[in-house]
Amino acid sequence: MTAPLLEVAGLRKRFGGLVAVNDIGFAIRPGEILGLIGPNGSGKSTVMKLIMGIEKPNAGSVRVAGTDIAGWPTHRAARAGVGLVFQHSRPLNRQTVLENIKLALLPDSLLRLAAAAGVDAQAREIAGRVGLSQVLHRHPPTLPFADLRRLELAKVIARDPAVVLIDEPFAGLTSAEVAAMSELIAQFRAHGRAVLLVDHNVKGVAALVDRVLAMYLGERIAEGSAAEVMADPTVRRVYLGGRIEIHARPGLDAKPGRPLLDVSDLSVLYGKAQALQLVSLHVREQEFVSVVGLNGAGKTTLFNAISGFVPYSGEIVWGGVALRGRSAAAVARGGIVQCPESRELFGDMSVRENLELGGQHLTSAERARQFAWLLDLFPILRERERQAARTLSGGEQQMLAIARALMMQPRLLILDEPTLGLAPVILEQLSNALGHLRRTTGITVLLGEQNVTFALPHADRVYVLEHARIVWEGPPARFAAEAGAAYL
Amino acid sequence: MRDHAMRRLLHSRVAWIVAAALAVAVVLPWWMSAYILGVLTTAYYFGVFAMSWDLLFGFAGEVNFGPTFLIGLGAYTAGLLDNALHPPIAVCVVVGALVAMLGGLLLAVPALRLRGPYFGLVTLVAVLLLRNAIIIFAGVTGGEIGMNVSDVLSIDATTNYWIGLVFLVVCGVILFGLSRSAVGLILQASGQDAIQAAALGFNVTKHKLAAFCVSALFSGLAGAMLVFYEGTVSVDTVVDIAIAVQIIIAVVLGGRRTILGAVIGAIFLILAGELLRPLGQLNTLVVAAVALAAILFFPDGLLGHALRPGRRE
Repeated sequence: MTAPLLEVAGLRKRFGGLVAVNDIGFAIRPGEILGLIGPNGSGKSTVMKLIMGIEKPNAGSVRVAGTDIAGWPTHRAARAGVGLVFQHSRPLNRQTVLENIKLALLPDSLLRLAAAAGVDAQAREIAGRVGLSQVLHRHPPTLPFADLRRLELAKVIARDPAVVLIDEPFAGLTSAEVAAMSELIAQFRAHGRAVLLVDHNVKGVAALVDRVLAMYLGERIAEGSAAEVMADPTVRRVYLGGRIEIHARPGLDAKPGRPLLDVSDLSVLYGKAQALQLVSLHVREQEFVSVVGLNGAGKTTLFNAISGFVPYSGEIVWGGVALRGRSAAAVARGGIVQCPESRELFGDMSVRENLELGGQHLTSAERARQFAWLLDLFPILRERERQAARTLSGGEQQMLAIARALMMQPRLLILDEPTLGLAPVILEQLSNALGHLRRTTGITVLLGEQNVTFALPHADRVYVLEHARIVWEGPPARFAAEAGAAYL
Repeated sequence: MRDHAMRRLLHSRVAWIVAAALAVAVVLPWWMSAYILGVLTTAYYFGVFAMSWDLLFGFAGEVNFGPTFLIGLGAYTAGLLDNALHPPIAVCVVVGALVAMLGGLLLAVPALRLRGPYFGLVTLVAVLLLRNAIIIFAGVTGGEIGMNVSDVLSIDATTNYWIGLVFLVVCGVILFGLSRSAVGLILQASGQDAIQAAALGFNVTKHKLAAFCVSALFSGLAGAMLVFYEGTVSVDTVVDIAIAVQIIIAVVLGGRRTILGAVIGAIFLILAGELLRPLGQLNTLVVAAVALAAILFFPDGLLGHALRPGRRE
């Protein structure tokens, strides 16, 4: 058996108190493709950055063809034979496609004023290999999204790396484009390169990879063939959750009349990437609706469109009135309050000040009543009342963010991925608070989550968002049987 | 590349603009008064300041608020050397430029380690330091009043005009050529996305540092030339934040990342400032308003607007 081209052992990375990567190790032989998968926040992207030298590991080794490059600066790691295909391309927009590829062929020299002879022919040859021959003289801003991904690939091919790292190769591509991109990646196998594919789920990369390594909260949880990893009980628990209690109230959606929020044929484009495609969903008064989907599926875009942050096509009707043209502030005043994934707390203000800001529009008596009620709902915030928001733990910050949103007395509360980066024990507290909220008030909630265990127990109805589209809709009880497999 | 029609069109468009501008500049001495020629000469040196700054901002992506630190180093070194030892002017100018480059290097090595706005802040502080040092050592430097130098390039306005024009053209050819070279391409990639450039194997710090040195060298060179053109040097003309702001406006006005646009912006600013002088206090206001309007309506700058790729596709 040939020696591995890339050998990672005991890799560890801490960010402050958070261990993002803990004792990760794997080896990739020439011509082998390894899939590194894990949900959002699992540390898979950090592993990739540690190999490329964008982050420095606290411990461990990264051997490329026998040389340990752990902790080397990025440009030296690149010269040692590591190439990275970035997910978001930022080509030189004033240069043509050909010139962008030539850039990658240049030596790192201050004295070389003109490209060496042969670079032009070499760049054309590479462009031909990735299918860019027809657009050699176009400028990147005029290219379709899939061609920009090809350009990124061409730049990495130009460096002729022994080890190729590819970050979410298929994000934003149509299925035809996915097939073409897979073929290009398979060429690395034929050329004897070691390839690491980083992605959210096994399904996307299953057809391409030889083996899969699954990560969760910085740890390795499974390794094996794609089928083995998909069947692995730990992986299933991480992605689908264990036994899920369900408290759906199907009667709510059966009510006659127009729903409180009615979204139809919503589409959003980010430049050339289709972030949402003909999405339709509705939320009735007092309903708790969960939208589940992996990172990048389009959840945040959906919520931002509803909140009026991004332009869209299609209709968003709120209480019978179309929202198009209203500013984000007007939408929020109309009763749609979003608690964003990034929380957006005022870090240097105390817990109390953050909450008071949320209750600006209330009379002082009302504000005091709302404040007392929220401290009962989230008792930990009472203890932290005078503390700066920045100093709270992740879970406490999330509770504060939700509490602040509730201070605004929303008619519809949008929660975008509240579990992001939280430990399991905190999830339980948060889940209990949401359950209590749902039982004791008539609040209407639209929740976006990739953690199904968290999203399902309180949901009355569930939508599954995948690659910018709604692919499933139904009661939580049928989720595991009908949509679960597709979710892995 | 040469076979491609649009690219050739773009190239020729730059070539046409430059050729037309040069033709006008060459015949001006037979048309214009000594006064106008004098103003234009100053504008030409200013144009070199602006080109040097654009190399750093437009290509390396670093905002240097201290171009006058570099210009001032070159100017005062040349002036002090001339007064102390009376070597030939050329020696003073070369030494001034080298000292500016050295000073730039000393400033950039630590400053480039900083991320985000801190690089800019360090360069800003450097100007204040140099200004204060010059004022403190007034015995040698003339302090706030300024200092006369023993030698001048020429007392004839036309001769000075020619020297300024040739200097601008030579610097322009070198800086423009550099920006369009392989090194310029790497520099532009480093400025736009440092991580990606590093992942392609380029030592980003090395390239940015080199750009800073080149920028400092030409700033110092032009600063030193200006001293021997004017025969005098003072903090208000070469070591001032206000001058830095003018340079920045000139680049943005002319079109960042074009190098040549910086010259257009510089000439426009200096010329407009002089022509509107009869307006008194209003003069600065009008120039600023025109600059603001140009930036709002042509965010790519005057030259950038004329050359914007993709417009014809």
